[in-house]
Amino acid sequence: MKQTLITLVEDKPGVLNRIASLFRRRNFNIESLVVGHSETPGVSRMTIVADEKDAHKRGNIYFNLLKLVNVVAVKDVSNLPCVSRECLLVKVTIGPDELNSLNTITKQFGARIVDMGAETAIVEAVDEEETINEFVEALEPFNITELTRTGKIVMRCGKTHRVSGTRINTQPDDIMWSPEQVSSYH
Amino acid sequence: MDEKPKKLTGAEIVWECLIREGVEVVFGYPGGAILPTYDAFNKYRDKVHHVLVRHEQGATHMADGFARASGKVGVAMATSGPGATNMITGLATAMMDSSPIVCITGQVPTAVIGSDAFQETDIIGATIPVTKHSYLVMKVAELASTIREAFFVARTGRPGPVLIDLPKDVQNAVTEFKYPDAPIDLPGYHLPKETSDEYIGQFVQMVDDAEKPLIFAGHGVLLSNACKEVMNLAQKSSIPIATTLLGIGGVPDSHPLVLGMMGMHGEAWVNKAIQDADLLIACGMRFDDRVTGNLKTYSPNSKKIHIEIDASEINKNVQVDLAVHADLATVLRQVTPRLENRERKEWRKTISGWRQESKVRDVQSFESDSLLGAQAIRRIWEGTNGKALIISDVGQHQMLEAQYYEHDDPRTLITSGGLGTMGFSLPAAIGASFHEKQREIWVVVGDGGIQMTIMELATAVQENVNINIAIINNGYLGMVRQWQQMFYDARYAETPISSPDYVKLAEAYGMSGHRVDKLDEIIPTMKKAQKQEGPTLIEFVVEQNDMVYPMVPAGADLHDMITRPDPSFMGNGEKKEKERIK
Ligand SMILES: Cc1ncc(C[n+]2csc(CCOP(=O)(O)OP(=O)(O)O)c2C)c(N)n1
Ligand SMILES: [Mg+2]
Repeated sequence: MKQTLITLVEDKPGVLNRIASLFRRRNFNIESLVVGHSETPGVSRMTIVADEKDAHKRGNIYFNLLKLVNVVAVKDVSNLPCVSRECLLVKVTIGPDELNSLNTITKQFGARIVDMGAETAIVEAVDEEETINEFVEALEPFNITELTRTGKIVMRCGKTHRVSGTRINTQPDDIMWSPEQVSSYH
Repeated sequence: MDEKPKKLTGAEIVWECLIREGVEVVFGYPGGAILPTYDAFNKYRDKVHHVLVRHEQGATHMADGFARASGKVGVAMATSGPGATNMITGLATAMMDSSPIVCITGQVPTAVIGSDAFQETDIIGATIPVTKHSYLVMKVAELASTIREAFFVARTGRPGPVLIDLPKDVQNAVTEFKYPDAPIDLPGYHLPKETSDEYIGQFVQMVDDAEKPLIFAGHGVLLSNACKEVMNLAQKSSIPIATTLLGIGGVPDSHPLVLGMMGMHGEAWVNKAIQDADLLIACGMRFDDRVTGNLKTYSPNSKKIHIEIDASEINKNVQVDLAVHADLATVLRQVTPRLENRERKEWRKTISGWRQESKVRDVQSFESDSLLGAQAIRRIWEGTNGKALIISDVGQHQMLEAQYYEHDDPRTLITSGGLGTMGFSLPAAIGASFHEKQREIWVVVGDGGIQMTIMELATAVQENVNINIAIINNGYLGMVRQWQQMFYDARYAETPISSPDYVKLAEAYGMSGHRVDKLDEIIPTMKKAQKQEGPTLIEFVVEQNDMVYPMVPAGADLHDMITRPDPSFMGNGEKKEKERIK
């Protein structure tokens, strides 16, 4: 089962190294990891997608992440309502007679053609992972020569989950340690 | 603390900070990249003692041994590159056994970091997996707060090793120094909160409902200073206690409720009790594979309570029914008063029965032409009235120590459990000796292990530390030989190992050396060593083909123990043994 973790980390040198090292050392599979600024200066926000079948190991990933001194907060949002997005850039070679059909498919998926070369076009799409998968499939009749995806970023629906200063606003159901989480992590 | 800021170099700040952290001894070895800090040391000699080790691995084990004996943070220092990489084994050892040490390494100047400068190693990168946390200090202004934070991280929560990498130009740079006194701000460092009453209530209910409960005392009992609390819990509800290897000493071995060590070389009756129990109360331990054996068949009928300060240890190997993420002593103080008084006569009688069955096979009373390792250990126990601080190495002698030396006091056994680092014991004992001034200190080490860090004999002599080194010489890498005998058809690949003449060697290093090979020579020889000031060495020449029993083979079911063959394994004890059982 895929596990999606929002991870807030102190923006310090080597933090990515520590996280990558943890996943490698504990033999946890990372599917994707996206890191960038958060709304708080000094705090970076990562979205980590892990792929572990075993529920206990998923719990173990959570607590091992939280144990890192530079990790401020972790939230497992795998089963929570979220807006989830991934960005895709894809380059296809097209002849003049194919432009129309590329346009149609692109529109159909709400994507955009962002660059035209002599025989190439770059298409950009921002959407949920599944839709991106379908879009890539739809583009297969064209000759895809380059492709890059960002991996998933997510944000929980509804109220604001706030970071104040460098410290996350601690709500017991939200991110903090609690024995409840330990014993009911199944 | 009202301090006027003064202008100091980074190198001076290092010593100022160490002094403010209460550090009295530093174990280290100089070199190019740490030279400024060593130069500044000249000004601080009267406040801090520096021990010149003979290998940086030794420095880390000394810091570790000091930390385990004292409960304080141990400090080691080395230069960049090879000095730093030599520390990795010691860091990994401390990491596995939750030992609070701070290692300070020199680094090449900031301007050339990343250029493969002379003696440059990315020591932070190399040690991320074996440290609790680490720091590369790029600005002298951040040095004091970093050192303070490093000590805090090392000693709080689940303790562990912290590394501070210090570029040479940062040591030379000057800044205003004022030791920070603001609360340490670590937004990502989560210490456990109080346990809710609901959980305490569940805990109490589970204990009161149990008929065959067992307490597991792990290293956390010592680290949380919960020795009294564990005994109170046990006595209130008459619950027998089993210890892990690192839990030894946390509860008195001579107490009737204390059963002994569990696991691969644990006592048979302890492992039987674990498999038969209906409740396990795991206190500050991590269900290592050497403790559980086959997880699928591990204690199948028991409910499990796990009290652990490191939440990532909970549900890692063994799935538990009640997880209490908290400081052990605090939780037990909440639980015990609410428990029913119980006697549990049945359960304790059952266990005593198993204990009797095992005792008749005890190797101590075997007659043998040669001295047996177990007998040597037992004599050391007698000769020290069971009151010594023992630092054991890794191998058969380590397991025999755990079985045959009964520890009644906390922090009287120091050993490398998690990593099983051969060569740990001699340097760790030197480190421990800087704290322990009352008890006798004895190193129990194999002929293999002593040769891994033997150069530290020079350090022991130079510092004139009061340690006695008992080398249990069986001519083999005994524990590996045991596995070859049991699981590889006695094909002894590279396990016979030669030794120097230890008596002569001791003399060459400038200490006294003795050799014994007979049971009744042991106590008189020990007396000689005990009378001597400074380090002494005794070589115990013991039976080469002995084994450690009982043994649960790796991955086997815990109840599937190989016990000492009966009659005696070497034949010559057979007749005596039969008579004795009659
Ligand atoms: C640094 C290191 N290398 C290898 C091992 C594997 N090992 C475990 S026990 C052992 C034999 C130890 O021999 P010795 O010190 O003579 O003790 P004995 O078992 O004979 O009592 C070995 C090689 C280890 N634990 N540590
Ligand atoms: Mg040996």
